[in-house]
Amino acid sequence: MAATSPATTSADSLPEARRDLAPLLVAPVLMVAALPLVGSLPTWVTLTVAGLAMGMMIFVIASGLTLVFGLMDVLNFGHGAFIAVGAYLAMTMLVPLAGWVQADSLWLNLAALALAVAAAGIGTGVLGFAFERVIVMPVYGEHLKQILVTMGGLIVAEQAIHAVWGGDQKAMPLPQALRGAVVFGDVAVEKFRLLAVAVGLLVFAGMQLVLNRTKIGLLIRAGVENGEMVEALGYRIRRLFVGVFVAGSALAGLGGTLWALYRETLTAAIGGEVMVLVFIVIIIGGLGSVGGCFLGALVVALAANYVGYLAPKIALVSNILIMAAILMWRPQGLYLVARR
Amino acid sequence: MAEALLTLEGVHTHIGQYHILQGVDLTVPRGGLTVLLGRNGAGKTTTLRTIMGLWKPSRGRVTFAGRDIAGLSTPDIARAGIAYVPEAMGIFSDLTVAENMTLAARRGPPDKARLDWIFAFFPALRRFWSQPAGVLSGGQKQMLAIARAVVEPRALILVDEPTKGIAPAIIDNMIGAFAELKREGTTILLVEQNFRFAAALGDTVAVMDDGRVVHRDRMAALAADEAAQTRLLGLTLDAHQ
Repeated sequence: MAATSPATTSADSLPEARRDLAPLLVAPVLMVAALPLVGSLPTWVTLTVAGLAMGMMIFVIASGLTLVFGLMDVLNFGHGAFIAVGAYLAMTMLVPLAGWVQADSLWLNLAALALAVAAAGIGTGVLGFAFERVIVMPVYGEHLKQILVTMGGLIVAEQAIHAVWGGDQKAMPLPQALRGAVVFGDVAVEKFRLLAVAVGLLVFAGMQLVLNRTKIGLLIRAGVENGEMVEALGYRIRRLFVGVFVAGSALAGLGGTLWALYRETLTAAIGGEVMVLVFIVIIIGGLGSVGGCFLGALVVALAANYVGYLAPKIALVSNILIMAAILMWRPQGLYLVARR
Repeated sequence: MAEALLTLEGVHTHIGQYHILQGVDLTVPRGGLTVLLGRNGAGKTTTLRTIMGLWKPSRGRVTFAGRDIAGLSTPDIARAGIAYVPEAMGIFSDLTVAENMTLAARRGPPDKARLDWIFAFFPALRRFWSQPAGVLSGGQKQMLAIARAVVEPRALILVDEPTKGIAPAIIDNMIGAFAELKREGTTILLVEQNFRFAAALGDTVAVMDDGRVVHRDRMAALAADEAAQTRLLGLTLDAHQ
């Protein structure tokens, strides 16, 4: 093709791209501000690690939901069903592996957990596929109906759990090697919390890798912003919808497993109970933003732990206060992605 | 006249309770640039969106390269060889210029020679290749929207008001780019309010009013006929120079 040489325009000047770093500072500022208030360094470290672990678990649960909202414009109030079903599937998987769970070998413990997580992820992924096809697909674009039918889906799932596993509270004991704490000087950090932090970081890194380094990731990011244009470029976004919904459901299953292990008990309501936190996190993060969701989860969890220690009476409202403060600063969340 | 690449026959489109297109008959000859003119609300944008499958026609036939595409999904229509530059540009602000172009190139990484050709007309895209598209100016976003549509050869390009709010210097570059696309055989259907731009590029013209095509002619003939301009558009082309 012959290249011609049109006149260069003078309209090329524009500001250099600046990375929006302010949201990255919220969690560190919160941590530093909490140190003098807590007063004791060991206590502060314990609270901080507990907050980070809790934040990572909430992130794992919420990351799929924020993508589902951003990409599919679907308000899925039934996300809690995947958390609960994932936890129950993992518990069921751990029963025949009781020998591995109670063994003194870290590797056997981790192998048992890996199998439990795989069962939870695969089971909730399949459930997510059915949920999207049967419950969500008929109500695309209709928010009120989405809220009603997905809430209905959550209720059905909880009742199904009662029917299959019974209505009583179940125990979800930690594997032997993950019980107790690691002691660094005066600081004691629970082993499972370290594992939760590691898993959360792995999930975050994996999601960043997929979203930023693969064409599928590009399509997801583009679809969150303008699904119609993605279709006009020739891509079948409905298939992407299903894939993201399944992946989000599987992540909820993984998160539900971690959450149940963290509490060491579970009931059918475990998903519904954590959903308030999950919604707060995705609103704080900015609907559709995985990075925002990660930061939002850390901030909410850290604040919950610090406030729970410093002023237990206001612990229940601390998350709402944090959300209000962040939305006053950035009304559309820490990172704006989905523009609807 | 060249054979038709795209034909609309009696196309009706409803958006909710509104009956927007009321029997559009339109022929777009292969290899030329057809301009779609008309007052605001005449149905020009709806026509492009209906061709692209973004709104489904309630009646009528849309034939592209001999194939009825009225019932196809938008991705299938795009894969048949039609590119679309919407009025709002549809840029992915969160993605870099490079990522926007990568997504548009469905067959693989963008061809280097093609990119060089694009950069010759729109040099800002090379300069801001690794920057998020959201930081580009309005004119640069329009360059990106057009570049995305032509990053791979397409049989037909639908462009909706590309000059809206754009600096004259960039419009000159767009004229050069569209002229070059015509020379390589690309067919273009252009909705445009800037008559200087339309008259400089258009081979044929169709004028819409109230959801129908009410006039078809050669662009040069309409540009020379002030009475027709006044009757069809309410203004003469000279008034828009």
